[in-house]
Amino acid sequence: MLREGDFRIPSGCAISGIVHRKGRAMSGESIIRSIALMHDRSNGLGGGFAAYGIYPEFRDCFALHLFFDGQGARKDTEEYFSRYFVTEMSGPIPTRKNAFIKNAPLIWRYFVRPKPEFLSAGEKSANDFMVERVMEINGMAGGAHVFSSGKNMGAFKGVGYAEDIGDFYRLDEYRGHIWTAHGRFPTNTPGWWGGAHPFTLLDWSVVHNGEISSYDANRRFLEMYDYQCTLQTDTEVIAYIFDLLVRRHGLSVDIAAAVVAPPFWSEIDRMPPDKKEMYRAARIVYSSLLINGPFSIILGSSRGILALNDRIKLRPLTAAEKGDFLYVASEESAIREICPQPDRVWMPRGGELVWGLLAGSALADSGACPEEINGTA
Amino acid sequence: MFTINARGVYYKELNQMVRQALSDGAGEILIKNVNGQCYIADALRGSVRFTLEGTPGNNLAAYMDGPEVIIRGNAQDAVANTMNSGTIVIHGDAGDTLGYAMRGGEIFVRGNAGYRAGIHLKEYGSKIPLIVVGGKTGDFLGEYMAGGIIAVLGEPDGLNSVGRWCGTGMHGGVMYIRGEVPDYHLGNEVRICKPDAGDEAILSGILSRFRRHFKLSVATYDLQSFIKLVPKSNRPYGNVYVDF
Repeated sequence: MLREGDFRIPSGCAISGIVHRKGRAMSGESIIRSIALMHDRSNGLGGGFAAYGIYPEFRDCFALHLFFDGQGARKDTEEYFSRYFVTEMSGPIPTRKNAFIKNAPLIWRYFVRPKPEFLSAGEKSANDFMVERVMEINGMAGGAHVFSSGKNMGAFKGVGYAEDIGDFYRLDEYRGHIWTAHGRFPTNTPGWWGGAHPFTLLDWSVVHNGEISSYDANRRFLEMYDYQCTLQTDTEVIAYIFDLLVRRHGLSVDIAAAVVAPPFWSEIDRMPPDKKEMYRAARIVYSSLLINGPFSIILGSSRGILALNDRIKLRPLTAAEKGDFLYVASEESAIREICPQPDRVWMPRGGELVWGLLAGSALADSGACPEEINGTA
Repeated sequence: MFTINARGVYYKELNQMVRQALSDGAGEILIKNVNGQCYIADALRGSVRFTLEGTPGNNLAAYMDGPEVIIRGNAQDAVANTMNSGTIVIHGDAGDTLGYAMRGGEIFVRGNAGYRAGIHLKEYGSKIPLIVVGGKTGDFLGEYMAGGIIAVLGEPDGLNSVGRWCGTGMHGGVMYIRGEVPDYHLGNEVRICKPDAGDEAILSGILSRFRRHFKLSVATYDLQSFIKLVPKSNRPYGNVYVDF
């Protein structure tokens, strides 16, 4: 009998992200090389990527990526789509044979627009309408899962090592200006295709190293805002938290970060009065959205990336800059693999945001109107 | 000197090459183009000297017992995990948990160190480990420290040399920190005191070795600018579960 300790699997999840702040497109080869260097942090039970700027010819359509258990589920889902969407184009996502990727579901994508009659009353934004549809499909248990639903972006994920998943999805053939990646070592849950990272909603994507002890508290709060957690992995809540706080409630990202990784009360007590009031309010109003447990995450959006650690930094994170490129990764070597001589390398502190926004972008700073108030996308 | 080119070499093969070189009698090993390979120099004994060019991976020199390792670049997490003896000289920065549970030997870092440097550092008899950080450190410096010496020089300005929760759970050993540390950044288990003549002799020795390792000619530290941190008790949690 093989005893515990007879062999060791040195793993702990890996994350990596690249953004070119002036929007220069690059193929998926760099991010694959970066995440592949951290191969031993994952165990082959999940790998994935998010890429932004990859569908310029359909930039106004929502790009839906779906896993289907079989052709029946696909037909049912397409019938559902025909009720709600105008589909500009659809087809299987191109893949190539990879010896290590097995048991893949059917993987399709659809470039869709909501039918105008569903939005004409002006009560709902197109984004809210899409979120409802994604939640509905993923909650139906009909063998269909939407794993990507943003515009001009896409998630590509599955069971396998990240570099094999990247090869399987032919990411060398895509060009994007933001890429994030994840190599998974699942804890507590089995590895399945829908449970691989990134987790996405609209153009939000999250890759995560860590474990969320507050998952159920977070989930219950999100359910009150009609988010359904169906993917059996804790990371799912992070994508929905940022959608709620930033897109719907119009908080600035630094306040959203102060909700999920808040300063300690003793630190808030030492803040100047106006700042203190803001941070107190954020902790009180959104106490159920505090993410408890160790994490390092990269949050992707069409406006750039943000990286964040839990407030006492129980997971690794390194950042680097070279010209207009910003890199973040679990290990410095994963950055140097694709950028040997960065201008600057640093390890962010716990709870400190690393900003990789595109030039001219702002993630809903406090002056912006949240969608809950102005009702438009 | 025996030279290994580590570019693209998987960590297992690299460490096999190192062990082969040692069994062939190499006394000095240069590893070029290191990038991310973990476990380098782990559990090695003897007086061999390693020079690493690049960014070695996690758990560099874990359980090491004797060798000298010079890193021309930055190091990642858990350098010198449970190291027993030897010397590590890092010309760049170090990652998190530097000197994790280290029991002997010395580490000199020219730049900064990450979170939890010196966590669980311990000493016994004549084995007193030493960690010297030329720059600043992250939070939880010397967490649960049970022995040994940590010195933080706080370059370039000697301000905010250490992070929050410094010395949380510390119950042995001593820290020397350049500049002030506000009370609210100290763990509950430590107190500040002024270095005495004996401390200054120890610090002078540490600083001269630091300068020698990094070939620094200037000696500008005012020993008066250092504070000393010691534990309030050698058993801070004795009453956590049972009230005597």
